[in-house]
Amino acid sequence: MTRYVMSIDLRRCVGCQTCTAACKGANATPPGIQWRRVLDIETGEFPDVRRTFLPIACMHCANPPCEAVCPTRATTKRADGLVAIDYDLCIGCANCVMACPYDARSIVHEAHFAYGDTPMASEAKRFDPDRIGVSMKCTFCVDRIDLAAITGQIPGVDPEVTPACVNSCISGAMQFGDIEDADSSVSRLLKETQHYRMHEELGTEPSVYYIWDQS
Amino acid sequence: MKKPFIRASGLASPKQQHNWDWRAASNFIAGGAGGGLLLCAALAALAGLDAFAMRAAILLGLILIGGGLTCVWFEIGRPWRAMNVYRHFSSSWMTREAVVALTVFAAGGLALLTGASALGVLAGILGLGFLYSQARILAANKGIPAWRHSASIPLMVATGLAEGAGFLACVATFSATSSGSAVLLGLLVLIAVRAWFWKSYLNGLVADGAPDAALRVLKALGPRLLLIGHALPALAVAAALAGMPGRAALATAAGILAVAGGWVLKFTLVRRAAFTQGMALPHLPVRGKGPSGPAVKPGWKIIGQAHKV
Repeated sequence: MTRYVMSIDLRRCVGCQTCTAACKGANATPPGIQWRRVLDIETGEFPDVRRTFLPIACMHCANPPCEAVCPTRATTKRADGLVAIDYDLCIGCANCVMACPYDARSIVHEAHFAYGDTPMASEAKRFDPDRIGVSMKCTFCVDRIDLAAITGQIPGVDPEVTPACVNSCISGAMQFGDIEDADSSVSRLLKETQHYRMHEELGTEPSVYYIWDQS
Repeated sequence: MKKPFIRASGLASPKQQHNWDWRAASNFIAGGAGGGLLLCAALAALAGLDAFAMRAAILLGLILIGGGLTCVWFEIGRPWRAMNVYRHFSSSWMTREAVVALTVFAAGGLALLTGASALGVLAGILGLGFLYSQARILAANKGIPAWRHSASIPLMVATGLAEGAGFLACVATFSATSSGSAVLLGLLVLIAVRAWFWKSYLNGLVADGAPDAALRVLKALGPRLLLIGHALPALAVAAALAGMPGRAALATAAGILAVAGGWVLKFTLVRRAAFTQGMALPHLPVRGKGPSGPAVKPGWKIIGQAHKV
C-alpha cells in the first residue's frame, strides 16, 4: 500500500521562501493565500538566541480531523494518503478550517487579484471560479501524483510527478516519496535521522516529518 | 485600508479565528437556547404548564433554532449547495445537527398544530439532541484548543438548558396555572449547574493547556459571567420564590439575565476566545556541532508549567 509523505530537514532549510513561490506559481492561489509557507521563528534570549525556519502546509494526516467533521464528504482521504477536497461538493462551512490544527486551510469568498478586481492576463487565464467560497489547501500537487499512475514515473524521484515545493527547494531540505517503500529516499532518510511530526499528541498522524538531528 | 503588517515570526503563534463570525456564533447562541427551551418546556408541561404557555415556548424555541440556522446559512460560502450538509452522518456532527433540526421542526410543528403534549415532549427530547449536536460540533474542532476540551460539551449543554429555562421563566409569567414555582426552581438549579460546569471547564482548560490569549479572554469573562449570568438571576429567582412583591417582574428579570449571561458566554467562546493551535517545535534543529534547542510553542506557557485561575 502506498502512502506518500514529505520529510523536511529543518537543519537544511534556509528560509528562502522558494517553495512558497513555487507553490504559488504551480497552484495559482489568490493574493494573500499561501498553501505553502515558511515561518521564521526567533527563540531564546540574548546571547543564546536561535532562528528556525519552519515550512508548513497541509500535513495530509492519516487521521485527518478535517475529514471527520466535513458534513458534505467533500474532504476525503485517498488510498495513497493524500487528503483531497472536492470543490463541487464543498459548501464552504469552514468546519474543516476550524478542525485543522495546522492552519492549513483557507476560504476565499470573493475573487481578488493582485491589482484589485480586474485580473491580469496571467491571472485571468488561471482563475478557477470553482475555488471561490469553498475550502482549499495544499494538495501535494495531486495532479502530478495522478500523472505518475499514467506515465509510470515515481513521485519524489521524477520531477514531473513531484510536488512543486520539493522540486524547488534549493537546499534539498524537502523530500517526498512513499513511506511504505523501504527503498524510497524519504524512507531511508527517516531511518538515518531523528525526526518528529507536529502536534502528534492530537492523534492526527500527519504525513510530514520534520528532521532535527542525525540518529 | 492599509493592512496590518504581520511579522513572519508571529505567524507561528495562535491566532483568533475569523472564519466563523457573528453569524456562526448566532447559530450556537440562538439555536442552543432554542433547543434548551424545547426541553425545559417539555419538562414544565409534565409539571403542569398550561397549553398556551407550552405552545408559546415551542414556537419561541423553533424560532430561535430557525433563526440560528438562517444566520449560519448566510455565512457559508456556497449557500445554494446547503443540502450537501446531509451527506456525512457517520462522523460529522454538523450533519447530525442538520438531521436533528429537521426532526425538531417536524415534532415541534406538529405539537403546535395539534397541541398534543406527547409531541411537545418529543420535540423537547429532540431539542436536547440539537443542543448536544451543537456542543459536539465545537468539541470536534481540534484546531481550536478552547473548543476541543472535553469539558466544553457539558458547558455548552448546561448553558443551553439554563438559557432555555430563562426563556421559559419569561413565558411562564403568562401561565394561568401554578407551574411558575417549578419553573423558577428549575431555573435556579440550571444556573447553579452552569456555574459549576463553567468553573470545571475553565479549570480543566488551564490544567490541560491552551493558548495564553484564549485563557486571558476566558478569565476576564469569569467575574462578569458570575455577576450577570449567575448571581443576579439567582437572587431574582430567590426573591420571587420567597414571595417578594413583583414576582412576575423578578421572574422575567431572572430569565433575561440567565439568557444574557449564556449568550455572552457563547459569543466569547465562539468568537473571542477561539484562538488556533499555532505551531510547535518539540526540538529545534541541530546546527553544526551544537546541541538541539529547547522545545518551542509560541503563544503558550512553557510546556508543563502549571496555570492558576
